[in-house]
Amino acid sequence: MSVLEVHNLQTHFFTDAGVVKAVDGVDFALNEGEVLGLVGESGSGKSVTGFSILRLVDPPGRVVGGHIMFRGQDLAQLPEAEMRRLRGNKIAMIFQDPMMTLNPVLRIDTQMIEAVRAHEKVSAKAARDRAISALAKVGIPSPAERLDAYPHQFSGGMRQRVAIAIALLNGPDLIVADEPTTALDVTIQSQILAEIQELARDTGTALIWITHDLAVVAGLADRVAVMYAGRIVETGQTDAVLTAPGHPYSVGLLGSIPGHGQRGERLTQIPGMAPNMAHLPPGCAFAPRCFNADERCRSDAPGIDEIDTGRALRCHHPLITPGVSA
Amino acid sequence: MTAMLELDAVSRQFVKKLDAIEKLAKTLGASVSESCVNAVDSASFAVARGEVVGLVGESGCGKSTLGRMVAGLLPVSGGTIRFEGVDVTDAASEDAKTARLRIQMIFQDPMSSLNPRMKVEEIVGEAAVYHGLTTRREMSAYVAGILRQVGLDPAYAQRFPHQFSGGQRQRIGIARALAVRPDFLICDESIAALDVSIQAQVINLFQDLRRELDLTYLFISHDLSVIEHIADRVVVMYLGRIVEIASTEALFDAPQHPYTQALIDQVPRLGAGRQTYRTIKGEIPSPLAPPPGCHFHPRCPMAGPRCQREVPVLRNSAGRSVACHLHDGGTQ
Repeated sequence: MSVLEVHNLQTHFFTDAGVVKAVDGVDFALNEGEVLGLVGESGSGKSVTGFSILRLVDPPGRVVGGHIMFRGQDLAQLPEAEMRRLRGNKIAMIFQDPMMTLNPVLRIDTQMIEAVRAHEKVSAKAARDRAISALAKVGIPSPAERLDAYPHQFSGGMRQRVAIAIALLNGPDLIVADEPTTALDVTIQSQILAEIQELARDTGTALIWITHDLAVVAGLADRVAVMYAGRIVETGQTDAVLTAPGHPYSVGLLGSIPGHGQRGERLTQIPGMAPNMAHLPPGCAFAPRCFNADERCRSDAPGIDEIDTGRALRCHHPLITPGVSA
Repeated sequence: MTAMLELDAVSRQFVKKLDAIEKLAKTLGASVSESCVNAVDSASFAVARGEVVGLVGESGCGKSTLGRMVAGLLPVSGGTIRFEGVDVTDAASEDAKTARLRIQMIFQDPMSSLNPRMKVEEIVGEAAVYHGLTTRREMSAYVAGILRQVGLDPAYAQRFPHQFSGGQRQRIGIARALAVRPDFLICDESIAALDVSIQAQVINLFQDLRRELDLTYLFISHDLSVIEHIADRVVVMYLGRIVEIASTEALFDAPQHPYTQALIDQVPRLGAGRQTYRTIKGEIPSPLAPPPGCHFHPRCPMAGPRCQREVPVLRNSAGRSVACHLHDGGTQ
């Protein structure tokens, strides 16, 4: 059953330099227990998509169109008071920098008990017990003692675990994770990925994992959506997209990743750089960097076409043919 | 193969001195003492001319400190550094100054290493003029040539750093390093802050420059896939000590140190399908109070009693070195 359905989401930033369409018509759906990898480079709109779902976009940005259906409710239309009841309760977010989630002058127990009691009438004792079990779940040793510590007494990896534990406190149906392991060391990252994987499996929580690292998505996500210049350009089952990418941008992105048996060879690079979001080209936003672009691409923006079940592409000249994809 | 750069038992300690109150407390008999971090603990290895040596490790392992000592930006606490056979350990010596011009460093964050108030032409050309590689009159043409070499339009020479994207700024950083005609480049996490597609462009640039200018690199990174792609040989560090040195193929095919094995095992990879992440336990211990014996033993799945007692020595056999009791008589 689908937890979240996003239809034609549009989040624009009204800046002095013009209107930046950071998210420009994004559609996707997410089922219970499903992990969606939202992949893109800086400025592709992946984080703004995540922030829009929780309605955390600050001015000059604004969700200007579309529907965010969460369990049948349209979050885009919900009054702020009701949105507050959902945030941190049924929908939680994990940020890249755990210090953004944690208050540096409050002990962990104060913050966690507050997060429980903000949404539910329970005794402080019961809230504390729940906090202890959440900390234990994310692999923090001796959680009862660690509750009395301040955020600065934790290492970076442990802080991120605490942030994840807070996200889990109220048993959310959906977690939006915005590059939560990017700042961490490899060994710590893999510990956290292992725990997240287990949690999503055990609790049926749907997860949106926002990252620039396709390799992380490869090991974690069920489905992947690749974003470029505010739009999803390719989506599908993770294996299908990674083994047979259909959009020239996905192909370039995969070719840019070093270290799969092509030591010392040149990497296939995407020429040029990400477009200025305030002045996008008229046709396909990727056309100026695309090896496959023709006149039509430069004048006429492609729509997103479903070429197979659950597999969609936004390209005039997809590199795979319908029905053949893996 | 002649060694271009040789490090012999190079160490670096950082000591936190007692402040006035702690000194007072000490004279009154309190048990306070200066805390000391061995950021780099007798590191020895060599880099041959034309070689790319990758230096990997997690945060706090001392890889950047080591890079800075080689570049002459940080004094050495112990050991010797030789560049083309000449001792350059003492950063103030004439030999060291000459060598330092031939060793250049490219930093992680180009925005904090480029002067925001200078135009690109001055940033790139300043050192070359000072060292007499060109004259102020000919600087424009000289800079234009170098900008072309790193794939930037020479017309950009009159712009300021903030007018460029991250990838272009990194190219300016590279251009500045190349402007004094170095033979040896130290790249300290030089591509870590860049987007994937831009990262690929810069990696390709490093490889093109290596071929064209016959450069030697010490490539410092926490990203094993980048190291695997670009390096000929890899040095792995953990908490200030070198734990393994091997050719890239040998290291990635058959890592010998349990830490290297864990690192390589845990790199997320494409094409591996849904991974079940196997993890090594625990976190990196505080360098202020490193565990006795082998620094890795509290996290090591193979550790035995000897690992807690005795510091393993980096032993060389068949062209590769590893510092682990497993390969040196057992852990009992």
